[in-house]
Amino acid sequence: MNEKEKKIKIHVHNFNAYYDDKQVLFNVNLDIFENEITALIGASGCGKSTFLRQINRMNDVIENYSCDGSIMLDSETIIGKSIDVVQLRARIGMVFQKPNPFPKSIYDNVAYGPRIHGLHKNKTDLDRIVEQSLTRAGLFNEVKDRLAESGTSLSGGQQQRLCIARAIAINPEVILMDEPCSALDPIATAHVEQLIDELRKKYTIIIVTHSMHQAVRISQRTAFFHLGEVIEVNDTKALFEKPKHEQTLHYVTGRYG
Amino acid sequence: MYKINPRQLRMRYFKEKCLRVLCVLSLLISLCFLITLIGSIAYKSIPALTTSYLTIDVSIPATLDASKDNGRNLLRNAIFQLFPDTKTRKKKKALYALLSFSNETQLNTIIRNNTEFIGRTIQFKALLSDNSTHFLRKLDNTNDVKKITTKLSTYQQSALSSLYEEGYISWHFNTVFFTNGDSREPENAGIIGAIIGSIYVLGITLLISLPVGVAAALYLEEFAARNRFTEIIEININNLAAVPSIVFGLLGLNLFINHFSLARSSSIVGGLILSLLTLPVIIIASRSAIKAIPVSIKHGALALGASPVQVALHHTFVLSLPGILTGSIIGMARALGESAPLLMIGMVAFIADIPRTITDSATVLPVQIFIWSDSPERSFEALSSLASLILVIFLIAMNAVAIYLRKKYEKKW
Repeated sequence: MNEKEKKIKIHVHNFNAYYDDKQVLFNVNLDIFENEITALIGASGCGKSTFLRQINRMNDVIENYSCDGSIMLDSETIIGKSIDVVQLRARIGMVFQKPNPFPKSIYDNVAYGPRIHGLHKNKTDLDRIVEQSLTRAGLFNEVKDRLAESGTSLSGGQQQRLCIARAIAINPEVILMDEPCSALDPIATAHVEQLIDELRKKYTIIIVTHSMHQAVRISQRTAFFHLGEVIEVNDTKALFEKPKHEQTLHYVTGRYG
Repeated sequence: MYKINPRQLRMRYFKEKCLRVLCVLSLLISLCFLITLIGSIAYKSIPALTTSYLTIDVSIPATLDASKDNGRNLLRNAIFQLFPDTKTRKKKKALYALLSFSNETQLNTIIRNNTEFIGRTIQFKALLSDNSTHFLRKLDNTNDVKKITTKLSTYQQSALSSLYEEGYISWHFNTVFFTNGDSREPENAGIIGAIIGSIYVLGITLLISLPVGVAAALYLEEFAARNRFTEIIEININNLAAVPSIVFGLLGLNLFINHFSLARSSSIVGGLILSLLTLPVIIIASRSAIKAIPVSIKHGALALGASPVQVALHHTFVLSLPGILTGSIIGMARALGESAPLLMIGMVAFIADIPRTITDSATVLPVQIFIWSDSPERSFEALSSLASLILVIFLIAMNAVAIYLRKKYEKKW
């Protein structure tokens, strides 16, 4: 694939992050392309989750967190106090490691985002958004008869797809996923992976994963993080088959330790 | 392979058994206390449940001036007719003293509301005085009249005994207790004034301490920065919860009555003081309820672009509501049983009128119990027991509501 044809959605330049005095991300330079799935891999504690949470500013809730450098979303910066994080998060959705549906009805779970942002004109419009989002998340047929039931009554895999439906209900441009399948069994994982692959057509997706198989299966590009640095970024196929760095090779072949 | 020492194993099982027996024993002991407490209160309150009435014919002369109070004379004549032999003034007075004074006003009201009775003879159920009722109750349980200790004179005793034997006297459920305010005479004393006072005081307490407490808890948990200042606030709230309640009474006396010149013994002052008392309890309960909300829910909402206030109101508050309500109800139950601080602001005064507004003088259930238990008349013992029983029933009801709410709105995630 020719990289020049692809549009850069997120451009990260010389980005550093700190918890108090401890630096956790060093000079990160990374481009995320539109309508692609970018996988972030690396051992626990290497800073990939911190990086992911920086993109929708979820790190703001951590009191001792600070950062510098630049991250541009479509040529607009998303770093700094002047950014309206509420608007930013409406553009960048997130799916968490553990499914976290609200203890409300399935309908209200999906309708929550459109409601707080006022995206619907009336009730029928909201119904349409909910149905569309659930359909896109591949959940509608399973839950269409029990939309009033609690979201927490679903199985783990269904809950995670509900969370994805909830995230896409506000029609974001980017979806961040923090190990979305690590709490799911293999069948549910397959289901969610298939869904993520379909979502690529409409959204830009960044996924943190501990499973290298998963990275290979679903991502087009992969970034390998090690101790707060991006060691290597490349097309997934190239990164796994012909890694340029020794550390990457060790990690992807399982010799890392 | 290691081999487990069989003696040690036996010892282990023995210890486990001992511990279990001890636990069951302590549970039984506390149950015993509870049963004894409720049982003794209930047993002592039985006499207060019934009261005796004398059915007499009151003839109302056609010449009666209905605008005047005639009850006393009519009643006196009616009871003297039953004992035509009684001639001396002293004996007549003693005879009339068998009845309660409240009958006079009762009869006046009846005549005033039913002018057609004038010129006729009506049957009137006259409430007997406390001493009479007390004597009759004893009479029911013994054969030997001489053994009964009573304040009644021998003449009164024989008159009452003959009335009882001839069937003029009947026992009825003590409705007076549930419809009257306080009184100096036990047969006329009722609980309703204290119940309404308690409702006013608790209502004010709830209106003030619940919103303030929940808002404070939400702010401290969700928005306040963690620094020295909030730490000091936190420690002080915990200290406030442990301050003896009488201190709050002194504070209220100084602040609300001396400084702000609010009405003494009024429900509003009582409510304000109990709000101060309940506030730390509600804040602490609400904070722990809020703390129990998983962070993942809040993060989920934040990631959808909800503002911190939206997260706090739509999720944290709604999800912690059962816990907040449970804590608040338990705090309110404590406030309901509180008497010491209310003594300080004069709610211990003798108040016979049922309060109509929150600025009227009022008393509350526990203080009413205190007042009655301090009164010399024997029957007040039964009345205060019955009032205690009602208080305990209110408390159990409140706690039951708390448990019901917790079970009903408990959410799983």
